[in-house]
Amino acid sequence: MSDMARFQLSEAKPDLSPKRLRKRYRAEARFRLYGITAIVFAIGVLGILLGSIFTTGISAFMQTEVALDISFDANLIDPGGTRSQDSLLEGNYRKLWRDGIFKIFSEVKGRKQKRDLSKLISRGSDLTLREIVLNDPSIIGTTQRIWVKSSADIDSLNKGKTARNIIESDRKIKNHQMAWFDKLMAEKRVRLTFNSTFFSAGDSREPEQAGVLGATVGSFLTLLVTLSLSFPIGVMAAIYLESFAPKNRWTDIIEVNINNLAAVPSIVFGLLGLAVFLNFFGMPRSAPIVGGTVLALMTLPTIIITGRAALKAVPPSIQEAALAMGASKLQAVSHHVLPLAMPGILTGTIIGMARAIGETAPLLMIGMVAFIVDIPRGLSDPATVLPVQIYLWADAPERAFEEKTSAAIMVLLLFLILMNLAAVILRKKFEKRW
Amino acid sequence: MNPLILIAILLMFMAVAYQLGRLQILRKARHFSKTPHSLPGYYGTYIALFCGVPSLLIVGLWLGIEPHIVEAILLSEIPSDLKKLSPGELNLLLNDIQNIAKNSVPNRSSNPSLIAAAERYNDLRGISIAALGTFIMALCVGILSFTLKKIHPDLKARPIVERCVHFILVIASIIAIITTIGIVLSLLFESIRFFDVISPFEFLFGTTWSPQTSLREDQVGASGTFGAVPIFAGTLLITLIAMVISVPIGLMSATYMAEYASPKVRAIVKPLLEILAGIPTVVYGFFAALTIGPAFRGFGEQIGIGIASESALVTGLVMGVMIIPFVSSLSDDVINAVPQSLRDGAYALGATKSETIRKVVLPAALHGIVGAVLLAISRAIGETMIVVMAAGLAANLTANPFEAVTTVTVQIVTLLVGDQEFDSAKTLAAFALGLVLFLVTLGLNIIALIAVRRYREEYE
Repeated sequence: MSDMARFQLSEAKPDLSPKRLRKRYRAEARFRLYGITAIVFAIGVLGILLGSIFTTGISAFMQTEVALDISFDANLIDPGGTRSQDSLLEGNYRKLWRDGIFKIFSEVKGRKQKRDLSKLISRGSDLTLREIVLNDPSIIGTTQRIWVKSSADIDSLNKGKTARNIIESDRKIKNHQMAWFDKLMAEKRVRLTFNSTFFSAGDSREPEQAGVLGATVGSFLTLLVTLSLSFPIGVMAAIYLESFAPKNRWTDIIEVNINNLAAVPSIVFGLLGLAVFLNFFGMPRSAPIVGGTVLALMTLPTIIITGRAALKAVPPSIQEAALAMGASKLQAVSHHVLPLAMPGILTGTIIGMARAIGETAPLLMIGMVAFIVDIPRGLSDPATVLPVQIYLWADAPERAFEEKTSAAIMVLLLFLILMNLAAVILRKKFEKRW
Repeated sequence: MNPLILIAILLMFMAVAYQLGRLQILRKARHFSKTPHSLPGYYGTYIALFCGVPSLLIVGLWLGIEPHIVEAILLSEIPSDLKKLSPGELNLLLNDIQNIAKNSVPNRSSNPSLIAAAERYNDLRGISIAALGTFIMALCVGILSFTLKKIHPDLKARPIVERCVHFILVIASIIAIITTIGIVLSLLFESIRFFDVISPFEFLFGTTWSPQTSLREDQVGASGTFGAVPIFAGTLLITLIAMVISVPIGLMSATYMAEYASPKVRAIVKPLLEILAGIPTVVYGFFAALTIGPAFRGFGEQIGIGIASESALVTGLVMGVMIIPFVSSLSDDVINAVPQSLRDGAYALGATKSETIRKVVLPAALHGIVGAVLLAISRAIGETMIVVMAAGLAANLTANPFEAVTTVTVQIVTLLVGDQEFDSAKTLAAFALGLVLFLVTLGLNIIALIAVRRYREEYE
């Protein structure tokens, strides 16, 4: 009876009028449009993001330099008069380049004016000159035309990043400094060259002397620790869970636990590192070895999960064939299944490493955020890594660091692209479909 | 000598032991004219494991406790006038000593007793590492000569080695559990110490957050107030904005990719979305702080509403963009898993494609999509760098997206970055926040995993 009633209810005639059909088709078109809009929005933001970083960052690879006629006065450079390394290190190199620029503008008088004038040149020029003298002491006593870096403000003026037409009080470069710069330009004493310092120096307070080498080396050391810990442990855990673990409560717990660990916020791993490695074990702050260990714990779940997927993808017949030939289970797995799963495992590892190289938050917790000028030489030297360097520069008050930050991001993205490319190639080349 | 060099030497020693074991079993096999039970390599591995594993364990253990022992000796020897210092100052002193010891360039300001202590520190460490090295080497040589004598063609090396390897595999898979336990314990211990000072009730329900404890006791507002409600509210606000952006966009793009896009479009768009997922969050943070933030503030000024440059809106927007690929790839999987027969049924009844998707596919995939959204929420709550760089520091209790708010992760970072003593309530508060963060994300993840698993069981 009740079946009958339901049948009768649905007896109502469908509305097949062209009007309703048109409405439905319009809804269809709208829905499609939503989808396309969503995708265009996402890709558009990606474009804006990369575009804005590229346009601000590209100029950081060039640096303005100013030619000064430096007279390498023996009395200034070599106070001891012995020409020994120690004596040369003591020299007053600041006076050298200051005299150099004062000579060009001999009309400039007065302390304040002179100070403004010397602000055209990078304060790091002391070290540049010292380097030149130490490399070739025979230069002492001669007068040479030396290209030294300009200060960051002049650099941004030369690159057109500082507008000339805004009111003077809103500019860091004042009118008289601009006039001096124009005179230097007219005398062809200004040039824009490739900024090799950016790739050969560590961090610095002066934007024009700062480079990414220290952070890159730090990233490399940290990643080395991460890889050498998480890869073997991850692979072993994957092998155990996929091939040996009995199906029981205990292994269930491990599995759920690994899945959860993969989704724990990275900053919590930083707290773990701070509480356990730094405070409990007393390991050094800011050291790549601690950072690498923390990142290894963080990437371990990723490697285990992808490793298991890769092992699972190898057909069981391979293992069964080996077992039938008299191999032990361990031999079957390690001689036959593992080599076949290796490309997949390596792809997963590279993806995990790519995540680790861009990770910042846990490293802030363990003190890798310090200002470090020296390039780290060992696993326990204080170091910083590329993403942390980006964070530090993004926070720096000098405007000139903005382009350095973008440039450092470009370097980081380059590494990421290379790693992902390696993963794609690996997958394409060795992937087997069974 | 560096501990790393010691470990390298140990590994080399293991390689030598392996070769010796192989040669030894071959020699013995000839001597007894008997085929060994296992392949020669297993005898080599057997010996290498016996030499290496105990030594590596001892090295690890010693490196773990050595700093404490050296510190204790150092403290027992320092001049008595320094002994009256508080534990915190003593810690600083030890730090000084270690820094002087490491740099070998004596600090100009340090007094001679510090330098002497630093020298003593270096001596002690030298003694420690030398003693460790000698002990390990003696142990290795002893075990090597003993096991070389012991191996015999009848010895069942393969099962023994396999049992050892099995054991090592188990240890490797337990490390994940140890990590979780480590996280829970470290957060819990510090939080308990925090809740000794501040009541949990005040922490969870108080509405004022100003963790600035002053240095002197008598200063105004000497003890900070730790009411975390504004922080939780700020986190929720930013997460909400991020979800409003990422869920519709992620879901729509996933639907389009799964149902409408031609394989050619898929092949181009999917990797592009994956790039969005692969960009480090610090880059998003920089983008939010330097491009989007000022742009929004300028826009707000033009239309006459005040938008703070660190507004929740900007932060949430950029975080939403970061999460789009996360939502879309998870929902893509889920939508693809809906059986084709359901779609065919709907088409057969005359439904258009969009009607099929809206009325059949999405409801069928609901469990999985809810799981994906929950995972995305947990991701947004735990995201750090975007908010550290683009959100505010002050804890405002507001629902206005144009104002600056702060989040749990921002507070953890600001409380812990910088130099300060480890025992103050300010530092411990970061761990209490970390515990809340961990528990909330854990809860979300578990619910999400259950939802996704139930969904899988429905259709697979």
